[in-house]
Amino acid sequence: MSAHGATLAPGVASLGICFEGVAKRFGPLTALREISLEIGAGEFVALLGPNGAGKTTLLRIAALLMNPSSGNLRFTVATGAAQQDLPLEQAKPLLGMVAHNSLLYDELTASENLTFFAQLYGLEDVRARVLAALETCGLGARAQGIVRAFSRGMRQRLTIARALLHGPRLLLLDEPAAGLDHQGLAWLAVTLARLRDGGCTILMSTHARNESLELATRAVSLAGGRIAHDTGLRGDVRPLLAALQGAEA
Amino acid sequence: MTTARAAAILLAKELRLEFRARELLNATVIFSLTVIVLFSYAFDPTAEESRHYGPGLLWIAFLFAASLMLHPSFAREQSNGALDALRMAPVSSFALLLGKMLANFIFLAVTEAILLPVFAVLYHVSLLGVLGPLILVFVLGTAGLTIVGTVFSAISAHARMRELLLPLLLFPILAPLLVAAVEATASLLADPPALDWAWTAFLVGFDVIFLTAAWLLCDFLIEE
Repeated sequence: MSAHGATLAPGVASLGICFEGVAKRFGPLTALREISLEIGAGEFVALLGPNGAGKTTLLRIAALLMNPSSGNLRFTVATGAAQQDLPLEQAKPLLGMVAHNSLLYDELTASENLTFFAQLYGLEDVRARVLAALETCGLGARAQGIVRAFSRGMRQRLTIARALLHGPRLLLLDEPAAGLDHQGLAWLAVTLARLRDGGCTILMSTHARNESLELATRAVSLAGGRIAHDTGLRGDVRPLLAALQGAEA
Repeated sequence: MTTARAAAILLAKELRLEFRARELLNATVIFSLTVIVLFSYAFDPTAEESRHYGPGLLWIAFLFAASLMLHPSFAREQSNGALDALRMAPVSSFALLLGKMLANFIFLAVTEAILLPVFAVLYHVSLLGVLGPLILVFVLGTAGLTIVGTVFSAISAHARMRELLLPLLLFPILAPLLVAAVEATASLLADPPALDWAWTAFLVGFDVIFLTAAWLLCDFLIEE
């Protein structure tokens, strides 16, 4: 286990994801239009765009929580120099997600929440892992606190700790900085940097500038359900981030 | 992870949540007791009348208690999107349903265990001699209620008017089960009491069929 409570799943070093002509329609509303995007193993992709651009829908499809209306989704693993597809069922335990909602149970304590999910993922040494995760996210002293009584920022820390508990190899983050204070943002940035350096693929959506965004190796912006811009693997992410900052100003 | 192990983990979580919040049991026990007590005072039935009308009254109370309990069952998973976390976990959809079914079964069984002695006293019915077969009928009937109820709770959880939708979906499907449960209970309260094997077999068949259907359709039920 790493010092930041995020362990790496054994067997798979890195997980990539490939959207092939993915579209999603909700009745008359088209949220995503023919998205084709290949994210290689180990990339840190910032998914940018205004509200309603389709970021959350794309992340939910990537998390296997939603089926695309058309198109295909593939997961890939790097085996030496080559890449091979990984069946969805095998990729599922390697995914981690921080969503808009906390995905936690309000009536359980922080420790009980993490213990429950650690057991569901069949992790070993659950107690030690949970304690380490809580210490790492700064909630060690509130381990027995009922989540209902937590502040927004504390919930978000716990949400992130839950998503990292099983050592995901593809981390899907939907506005992970929401509700975090300066300390929380710094902790998030350090944690994501460590995960990125450890080979974890990260796809992070945001419409606001934060410290974690500086870690991105690639930026993709969505607008109206389409890819508006993609810096590519060797592209410079700074112009897109600067444009985002400009939009905020 | 095996389905049984995952269902056990989910069951433990459900029991812990209910122990903490006491949302479901409080509502169902108070509601069912109110029905039983009010009918007892309204009609003041003799032992003979109770043997005729008591089984129907009991199962109607159980049915409404179940519908009260089943709605929050999946709604609870949706308040913070926890269902998404469950769907992302490497456990089968059937394990998710099974954990919920077992929890709902236990909650309804506890309600029934509290209700039954009150019913026996207020309706002048002796249950001691038929307790074994009565428990068998109640277990089978309650299993049917919770299997079907949990499935429809999962279906209606995504709907906008789910409070209205759940009973509308549930009651027609449960009608055959209720008839069988009432008939089997009535035969045990009759003079002389006897277990009606035909209705008991019907209850077993109902449970097996709907549990199998839940197993076959679980992926579609849990899907968004």
